[in-house]
Amino acid sequence: MANATQPFRLPQIGLVDRNAPLTFRFDGQALSGFRGDTLASALLANGARLIGRSFKYHRPRGLLTAGPEEPNGLVELRTGARREPNTRATVAELYDGLEATSQNRWPSLGFDLLSINALFAPALMAGFYYKTFMWPASFWERLYEPAIRRAAGLGRAANAEDPDTYEKAFAFCDILVIGGGPAGLSAALAAGRAGARVILCDDDFALGGRLLSERREIDGLPASQWLARTIAELESFPDIRVMRRTTIFGVYDHGVYGALERVADHVMAPAPHQPRQRAWRIVAKRAILAAGAIERPTVFGGNDTPGVMLAGAVRTYVNRFGVAPGREAAIFTAGDDGWNTARDLAAAGVKIVAVVDSREQVDPNLRTLCEGFGAPLYAGASVFGASGGKSLRRLAIREANGSVRTLACDLLTVSNGWNPTIHLASHQGHRPVWNAAIHAFVAGDLPDGMRVAGSAAGRFSLREALLDGAQLGAEAAQDCGLATKQSAPAPATDPEAVAVAPVSRVAGSRGKAFVDYQNDVTDRDIELAAQEGFRSVEHLKRYTTLGMATDQGKTSNLAGLAIMAELTGKTIAETGVTMFRPPYAPVAIGALAGHHRGQDFRPVRLAPTHQWSKELGAVFVESGLWRRAQYYPQPGENDWLTTVNRETLAVRGGVGVCDVSTLGKIDIQGADALTLLERVYINNWSNLPIGKARYGVMLREDGFVMDDGTASRLGETHFLMTTTTANAVKIMQHLEFCLQVLWPTLDVQIASVSEQWAQMAIAGPRSRDLLRAVIDEEHDISDDAFPYLAARMVSVGGGVEARLFRVSFSGERAYELAVPAGYGDALARALMAAGRPFGVTPYGLEAMGVMRIEKGHVAGGELNGQTTARDLGLARMMSGRKDFIGRVMAGRPALVEPDRPILAGFKPVDRAQRLRAGAHFLGLGRSADLDNDEGYMTSVAYSPNLGHWIGLGLIKRGAERIGERVRAYDPVRNGDVEVEICNALFLDVEGARLRG
Amino acid sequence: MRLPCPHCGTRDVQEFTYLGDANVKRPGADEMSEAAMTRYVYERDNPAGRQREYWHHSSGCHAWIVVTRDTRTHRIESAEPAKPLVQS
Ligand SMILES: [Zn+2]
Repeated sequence: MANATQPFRLPQIGLVDRNAPLTFRFDGQALSGFRGDTLASALLANGARLIGRSFKYHRPRGLLTAGPEEPNGLVELRTGARREPNTRATVAELYDGLEATSQNRWPSLGFDLLSINALFAPALMAGFYYKTFMWPASFWERLYEPAIRRAAGLGRAANAEDPDTYEKAFAFCDILVIGGGPAGLSAALAAGRAGARVILCDDDFALGGRLLSERREIDGLPASQWLARTIAELESFPDIRVMRRTTIFGVYDHGVYGALERVADHVMAPAPHQPRQRAWRIVAKRAILAAGAIERPTVFGGNDTPGVMLAGAVRTYVNRFGVAPGREAAIFTAGDDGWNTARDLAAAGVKIVAVVDSREQVDPNLRTLCEGFGAPLYAGASVFGASGGKSLRRLAIREANGSVRTLACDLLTVSNGWNPTIHLASHQGHRPVWNAAIHAFVAGDLPDGMRVAGSAAGRFSLREALLDGAQLGAEAAQDCGLATKQSAPAPATDPEAVAVAPVSRVAGSRGKAFVDYQNDVTDRDIELAAQEGFRSVEHLKRYTTLGMATDQGKTSNLAGLAIMAELTGKTIAETGVTMFRPPYAPVAIGALAGHHRGQDFRPVRLAPTHQWSKELGAVFVESGLWRRAQYYPQPGENDWLTTVNRETLAVRGGVGVCDVSTLGKIDIQGADALTLLERVYINNWSNLPIGKARYGVMLREDGFVMDDGTASRLGETHFLMTTTTANAVKIMQHLEFCLQVLWPTLDVQIASVSEQWAQMAIAGPRSRDLLRAVIDEEHDISDDAFPYLAARMVSVGGGVEARLFRVSFSGERAYELAVPAGYGDALARALMAAGRPFGVTPYGLEAMGVMRIEKGHVAGGELNGQTTARDLGLARMMSGRKDFIGRVMAGRPALVEPDRPILAGFKPVDRAQRLRAGAHFLGLGRSADLDNDEGYMTSVAYSPNLGHWIGLGLIKRGAERIGERVRAYDPVRNGDVEVEICNALFLDVEGARLRG
Repeated sequence: MRLPCPHCGTRDVQEFTYLGDANVKRPGADEMSEAAMTRYVYERDNPAGRQREYWHHSSGCHAWIVVTRDTRTHRIESAEPAKPLVQS
């Protein structure tokens, strides 16, 4: 179907499905293509040549390549929230309804006012950014930076949240084959036949690699038949997984490979519950890199004119997509491969207007071929200028004898040899090595377990690709302990010639000659870098930005190095190459994040009573991974402080309940359990009787406080330790270190039981009355039987096992009652029901914080990793009769220095004033500078019992300065409050409330 | 990276927590001094090459293990439980 709407579509050639027409839009214009097209091939079929504008100079650009290495053909794909900038049209699979927009142009692609940048080209040359930074700052800020930001750049990111989901997944295999061309397919086949578990990844949507683009024969039949047969056999193996549309983007230690699977990039929108993309972590014992090769352009004047294309890409468009990229083609080649393009174009009916072969000696057979085209052959000649603006119109050719002629054409195919795609082989830090025979870098030392096959190894013929694949596939299977049968003879291929004598740049070019198309780096920029001394490859890269765009210089790096080598009189091997690092191709952050975004960024832990709190209208706050009830507003309470004041007064005046399940709980058993406690806590434990709890403080080995909590002795050799919520995991890990590394001979077993027990605090003068109504009758909880710090097994609800601890954070008579976690919700409801006569009040984290500050109990603000036990007024807890972790280092002179900030209480002198945590203390009348800094406020609260704000803080010689006044200075929030230093215990100094 | 846990087999590094140099030894009661503790707490070699180091299989069996790793290549020479499996 020669198609009026697709004027450049070739009849009867190509692999696109002519029975599946698709419509799409480019810059708003409705166009058509076929299933099997890329956006690039469909655009070419419709005669579109101008695809975008260049980064700095806004020069018109068309397609250079047909693959992932494309530097020019970047578009914004899709619209709205799915808009994706810098999408390579050459790998965007066409789907019905696709919408693409050209980028980096204003107001339109054809008429771009900002191409005026080209007139300022001298200002935008190499080192531009560095040099402009030297200009006066006002120039830069007001003039250049805003103007350049508008004028130079790539596409626009979507400005709405990505509506799609992404996944992370793991896979394991014996052999990972990277690339589904002839080498990769034969490797997978050989490995699969040996019984290996194989994953074959290819970034294209169709397997076959270059076989899809070439008119070749294998075993005397068209290559397509070999391909179909091979794919069918591969897919018949249960242990071979073929992953199309999957790019291996990184190689990591120990056989770990990062892969991006584009699950739904080729449809308008993912199906319900289908991820858009999937980031794989593939673990493989062996890998075969069969990633093929990337064709290299030649640097000559106007080489970026739309219509100048790489020769291999032109064959792809013709043979795979059935598209003629032009009507009258000139061939510019430095080797045999460019002639294949001439042959295929001619076979497709495209007129060949000339062949320019830069080699003086051209094989007679090729001369004959050229005569067949009816086209002149210019041997030893070069194209030194291409022009035509938005579409190629004419070439300037310099013949071997120096004479110059011009030639009209609309397509120039450029062939200058191929570079093996070795990026992945360098991801572990291995440097590529120069191979003079093929004028290219090849992989040097390889990552463990990796081998390289076919074109990726610089073995460019189809025959070598098939041989390498079969051999390396079989060897990899053997390495995995699998026996391979006598290998089948390698398939026969038709004759091929791959000789090339590359031309790095054409001397005496007319017009700008581009090295890096995407970053607009020309040969002059490289000359400038050389002139200014930026000659090492790393300097060259940073000074000119060569190879730093989204394509990472896949088509440009070698040309840049070759020119630098020429300018400095060195070889390319001596010039070296910059390192390749992951990712090989751009990877969306969304794919790396997977489901970890928004509220799923981290897992959320809910307290056992979460539902109960929710029903009561609790406001929740994040506390590490936990969501904890912060306070429980009642109707008519319009600010949090009103609510917190009510909750606080209710506890101090009656009884309140609060979920404290988030505390870490560690069960400790064994003959040496007591010894362990003695060694990890600073205080004494040996005299703790069974059935009693005690407060303990732990230090880090460097002498600073690590955590605090209680431990209860449930039996002779059985203890239950609690930790702070924040440190639950860390303390468990610490105890495991103590038991496994420091003292492996101790007879102790520990287990985290944090999740096994729901624990409620019941606090206030009526707490025992309330408990009495909940705890089974047979348990005596009178003060004689169950005094302060008692800890015992009880039961609730008629036989549900429970643990009761008489401990207090609020300073009131208080208990903590623990039940198996599944009973937590029921316990909370039972407490509320039984507490109705006592006016029981649920209270949250805020009220708990107020009460602990009123009592001067330390918490997160004070246990901040920079305080010692002495700083916190806990020095007398430190036992002198035993060794414990942190003991020696806590005695270092600087940590016992008298001027260290010590815990104290603070009240505003003007009681109406508010205090702020974080404020720094300054002597009255002292200026706010570091020399006058005496410490800082760690926690503050409004005390409804005292009727004013109170604070805890660390201040130099705090204990000796009770009654003194200082400034609490908080420049961040304009706070400057005169405060009085006081005892850190604001309420019930004698502790009468605690004991009832 | 993948680490061979002696109990669980080879697992992704995400399952482990790193601590550091496993050659340091906490001074015993008879050699306890500020100088000895300073060495234990702060002084570390920073070898370019073979290093014995503590890892915790925190998302696995909770064993502390000693991994011998080449810091330049990440090649793992061995991994053994920090606590000997068989004790008298
Ligand atoms: Zn383990």
